[in-house]
Amino acid sequence: MTSLNYDGIAEIVDTITSSREELNNASTPLRIVKLDRRQFLKMTGAVGGGLMLSFSAPKAIANKDTGAFQPNGYVKIDSSGIVLYAKNPEIGQGVKTSLPMIVAEELDAAWEDVTVEQSRIDQAAYGMQFAGGSTAIPMNWTALRRAGATARSMLVKAAANRWNVSVDALTTESSEVIHGSSGRRATYLELANEAAALDVPNGDSVPLKDPSDFHILGRRVTGVDNEALVRGEPLFGIDQTVPGMKYAVCQKCAAIGGTVKSANLEDIKKMSGIVDAFVLEGNDNAGELLPGVAVVADSTWAALEAKRALNIEWEETGASTDSWSDAINEAERLRHEPGPRVVDIGNVDTAFANSVKQASGFYRYAFASHAQLEPQNCTASFSDGKLELWAPTQTPGAAIMSAARIVGIQPTNVTLHQKRCGGGFGRRLYNDFVCEAAAIAKHVGVPVKLQWTREDDMAYDLYRAGGFHQMHGSVDENGKITGWRNRFITFTNDGNRPVSGGGISPGVFPGGLLENIRVEQTALEWKNRCAAWRAPGSNVFAFVVGSFLHELAHIAGRDHLEVLLEVLGEPRQLGPRGMHTGRAAGVVELAAEKAGWGRELEEGRGMGVAFYYSHAGHIAEVADVSVSEDKKVKVHKVTVAADVGPIVNLSGAENQVQGSVVDGISTMFDLAVSFENGRVQQTNFDKYSMMRMPSAPEIDVHFVRSDYPPTGLGEPAFPPLAPAVYNAIFAATGQRARTMPISEEGFTLA
Amino acid sequence: MNIKINGESRDLGDLDLRTPLLWVLRDELNLVGAKYGCGISQCGACTILVNSVAVKSCSYPVGSVGDADVTTIEGLADSDGELTAVQKAWIDLDVAQCGYCQSGQVMAAEALLRAIPNPSDDQIDQAMASNICRCGTYIRIRDAVKSAANELATDVGGGA
Ligand code: FES
Ligand code: FES
Repeated sequence: MTSLNYDGIAEIVDTITSSREELNNASTPLRIVKLDRRQFLKMTGAVGGGLMLSFSAPKAIANKDTGAFQPNGYVKIDSSGIVLYAKNPEIGQGVKTSLPMIVAEELDAAWEDVTVEQSRIDQAAYGMQFAGGSTAIPMNWTALRRAGATARSMLVKAAANRWNVSVDALTTESSEVIHGSSGRRATYLELANEAAALDVPNGDSVPLKDPSDFHILGRRVTGVDNEALVRGEPLFGIDQTVPGMKYAVCQKCAAIGGTVKSANLEDIKKMSGIVDAFVLEGNDNAGELLPGVAVVADSTWAALEAKRALNIEWEETGASTDSWSDAINEAERLRHEPGPRVVDIGNVDTAFANSVKQASGFYRYAFASHAQLEPQNCTASFSDGKLELWAPTQTPGAAIMSAARIVGIQPTNVTLHQKRCGGGFGRRLYNDFVCEAAAIAKHVGVPVKLQWTREDDMAYDLYRAGGFHQMHGSVDENGKITGWRNRFITFTNDGNRPVSGGGISPGVFPGGLLENIRVEQTALEWKNRCAAWRAPGSNVFAFVVGSFLHELAHIAGRDHLEVLLEVLGEPRQLGPRGMHTGRAAGVVELAAEKAGWGRELEEGRGMGVAFYYSHAGHIAEVADVSVSEDKKVKVHKVTVAADVGPIVNLSGAENQVQGSVVDGISTMFDLAVSFENGRVQQTNFDKYSMMRMPSAPEIDVHFVRSDYPPTGLGEPAFPPLAPAVYNAIFAATGQRARTMPISEEGFTLA
Repeated sequence: MNIKINGESRDLGDLDLRTPLLWVLRDELNLVGAKYGCGISQCGACTILVNSVAVKSCSYPVGSVGDADVTTIEGLADSDGELTAVQKAWIDLDVAQCGYCQSGQVMAAEALLRAIPNPSDDQIDQAMASNICRCGTYIRIRDAVKSAANELATDVGGGA
């Protein structure tokens, strides 16, 4: 067999995050270590600086034929109502509500008058349409404001024409144009026809509101799909049906890279309710189509029964033999050896030599699965050289490209209907399940809904990579941190660059803040696919650096909060995409104050603090925990202070923060994926146990609402949680845990 | 075979009696509110009511239904479409993130309030512990259950 390539997997995140802190530095030296052969290769990672995203302005498509007023892709008004189109996939981050809120604000519509619909996928008209990198709000903020303001200005012009008055004499409010001096009013619905006949003005020239006049933005608005959700209406990919549709499943090799030698296809085809069973060839791209046996049936249950009855002989030459225990052993050896330097600022050796005290610690975190609650699925129909897809994907544009390649047609012959996603967390950035559905639909010639089982989902994830950090640091006689060394051992899929989310960059905390910093990076070769997982990189680095900072504060005999603020230093901007230390200190102080930092606590109780900057969000968290003698941890309360600029939907924003905190606790306590002989050991939720309601703490959320441009909230509240809780556990017990999940050190969640 | 779902008798033909109720609802009856999450009684996404008791439909063979009353989320609202207190609380408190677990959460909450109209915090936590929310909306779910319980208590009080 040919071996798998991993082309395109990392690039998806490059495209999304641009040159954010998760990305590796160009020409970073990277040592690659083959786990199986213990062979050392020196390589130069050819890592691009990331692609810049372009966002094309909305195209004017005023529809003079239908009478509907549709000045751009975001607004449609006719006599039946105001429809706003949500352009990006909804994965639980709330954009189907928050993006239209921005349009409605500048349109000056009453939110109650608005209906929201998912827009079609058309990147020529809408620019990039995807969910990832906490980018929806920052990338669309200005364009959506202009889209709303453009529509408003045309409605005003229509009223001015009708009443023969100047536009300056008119105001708008709650979906109406008002002529104050005469008291005349006309609703947007009444004006839609006339507005549709006008030329669309240049969106750049229409005036935008002063933020102090906002009446929708910053409010608590309930999600636009909430009623449909509680009525059980079909919204998700898994709910899709199309006429004549059959149900498909696919069994892939337990060790990724394995191919089908033989299978009992004839027996399977004789089973009741089975339409077809066949070998699906892979396309050698690990991010697109993995080989397996596909079964198509009259119902999901018939397909699942047949899947269980499959007897497949696999060719595993060249397939994954990944072993987490081997990786641990190798890292244990490598942590004693210097690795290639990714960052080398000042002189850490001198700093250590001149220091008064030094600390070191070996940190480790396991692989993790996305475990989005809706298992992968996709409905596909192929006929007459055209492919139609109904997909719960985070990257519909990339899905169209990949699926077109798989079935051998031009992307222009693919139509993709965006479905609501039952969670994403980065998993649905990758469209392997879409490719699989497309290939099966083409083979059988009838529409199919492909359903992955939870077991498939756990076994064929693109995991958050595990990693190891040998940390070393020093303090001077004033208890000031003088040197910091982070010896990082990560993983590589392509033997060329660290996996997505597994590459450290100079900006990683405390980059830019300390005089003497060294970061070393070595990568272990790994076949199981690794990729972006909520707040890639930051989701694990924050745990390590946020905990180790506390270790240094502790050996210095100083208060952690005081040391953290000292490290942040004077208010300043660290590079164009870096943090602002003033905003950082602001949230640290606010979280500490709201949590009552420094107050006397009873025996066995402790508070921990952490700050992390990711996805342009400045977030500090304080955890308040109790730990019993038998290491049961009760998280009482987490206090969060966040500076992400202005808030679009207060309810949605709070929900993201609360969810990130819960996800953070869940992940740091119990979640680990391990591999032996290339096989994932955790097959379902009984072995991958997420937090449940009784463990959910009180979560107190505070937004700074600064005047900086708004930034996203799907990710940045996740990273600071783990270090805050680890530090609190140390404060409560004097025991420093350095393994994630912490259950591997005997701490359990009460 | 016939089963009673949302007050209606539905003919299922000669279905394999071992078929989990979840797939019967979703594939045969086009009631897709109940979701598939794990298939092994771990996540609760597939929760429905059988005689007002919360049941994981992924692990409940259709042959076990007998003449019991099955209620899915589609059958909660009354004939005018009026939502229950639980459903309303879910909207008012903007509980959902991705929303995928929420059908199961709503059904678990309905079952709880039918059994214990005024549950303590602990009873809420224990009853809802069988449902996972991957997005982490537990705090809002807890608040929504309380708010629905209060609403029901007020209704009853008002009528007395
Ligand atoms: S799908 Fe039934 S409990 Fe998870
Ligand atoms: S809202 Fe997404 S799983 Fe609960």
